[in-house]
Amino acid sequence: MADRGALPGRVLHDEVVAPRAPWSRLVAAGQTLRIVDLEGNQAVDCILYHAHDPDERYSAAETIVRQRNIFLSRGSELVSNEGRVMMTITDDSCGFHDTSGGACSRESNALRYGHHTRHQHACVDNFLLDHAQRGMGKRDLVGNVNWFMYVPVEPDGSLGIVDGRSGPGKHVDLRAEIDTLVVVSNCPQVNNPCNAFRPTPVRMIVYAP
Amino acid sequence: MSDTSTPAGARAHARAQAASEAALVRVKPTLPARDARDLPAGVPRDRLVWDETLGAGGYASRLIERGCRVRIDDLEGGACVGLLAYNADQTAERLNLADTVKVQWQVYLGPGSLLLSDMGRVLLSILEDASGRHDALCGTSSPRSLRNDDASRRVERPNGRDRFVLALARHGLTKRDLSTNLNLFKRVAVGADGSLSLERPPPSPSHVVLRAEMRVLLVVVNVAHVLEDRPDPPVTPARFLAWRGPRTAADDPVRTSTPERLRAFQNVEDLYGDPGEGGA
Repeated sequence: MADRGALPGRVLHDEVVAPRAPWSRLVAAGQTLRIVDLEGNQAVDCILYHAHDPDERYSAAETIVRQRNIFLSRGSELVSNEGRVMMTITDDSCGFHDTSGGACSRESNALRYGHHTRHQHACVDNFLLDHAQRGMGKRDLVGNVNWFMYVPVEPDGSLGIVDGRSGPGKHVDLRAEIDTLVVVSNCPQVNNPCNAFRPTPVRMIVYAP
Repeated sequence: MSDTSTPAGARAHARAQAASEAALVRVKPTLPARDARDLPAGVPRDRLVWDETLGAGGYASRLIERGCRVRIDDLEGGACVGLLAYNADQTAERLNLADTVKVQWQVYLGPGSLLLSDMGRVLLSILEDASGRHDALCGTSSPRSLRNDDASRRVERPNGRDRFVLALARHGLTKRDLSTNLNLFKRVAVGADGSLSLERPPPSPSHVVLRAEMRVLLVVVNVAHVLEDRPDPPVTPARFLAWRGPRTAADDPVRTSTPERLRAFQNVEDLYGDPGEGGA
């Protein structure tokens, strides 16, 4: 478990998200969300929304264009569809996070692994479940961040979700630059290595300086 | 008194424009489409349903019936066609490029590639591709990226985001319905370290031919690529031609090329209740 005493601030919230479950929370400007990969190699799918205008949301394209790189790591800025920095990665003990692989869904699972996987739980269902409580829905889903997931691109363009580079206790810190609604799916995927074929819990700590 | 000081005079003036100026304007639709000029070889005039040329900053939206072919020409080599697609009957289903590259294990789309929806179906497939240079990652420019929040600049130097919003509004859709668009005719290379770089080959004309595998709402813009950092990058015209064609056969080489693609076609056939024709 992460050492709470090592956090550079006052803890406002501390919660373990069960394997396969959704999670969301408003992180106010100036607060920092630490996501801890408790057991290692656990993908955490994540979309950000402007807390007061959810039509403004994380944009993978704006984010990778801004930094001219598809991987997220310390110093990366998560940019909205309006070109605004929503959160900044202020600390990162993993080093690679994905912007291009998107979320697993019943539908994409069926394409990738066969029609027999149609009824497996998937990240899109987590996002939709969490969104339903606030009147948001499918139109609000956009390409997401996958914390702790590694998706390399080879010179010929080959791309794939491969064995993760994270490990037990690795974490990423996200400082909110605006009031940000963070919506997460603790990825339930069991057909590819993003969760080492065994979904595990993650810990979400919100702290303020 | 000027010629346009009365309704009758203004009407005569307005009507004279079509005769005097139409030939001078290149960026326009041809109505009816079968009157199109300079058709590329292989485009059947008798089945043509769309001919339109977009200049820099142009945008268009169009309902494309299942089986239609859509040929997009980069006429002079400087076009960058941003493309979005929706299930025309249920626009909550839309192009999902993350799924598109993930399911096909390939970030550089080319001949035989599918454009997948977020519901596991193939919206469009790429039948011909003389370019081989497309970008599925970077999306398009926005007022902020072009630093043209100022209203006048925003009109005089159109950004892709605004163009898409204008096109989508015609269908009751909004900014909320924008997903990351495909960029045709511009390749962005991804380095081993994840870095992105816009390739700049010498301009040369090129084209792609898409096949609508569903009833598709197609939305297109022609603006400079978002990684283009020259102050006034030249954007040259793109031409769009569409014609009716047969639905994809069971033994179609694109349909059967990989297990993932086959399942995307099966999902479409299941949606429309097509009679089963075998497959894996």
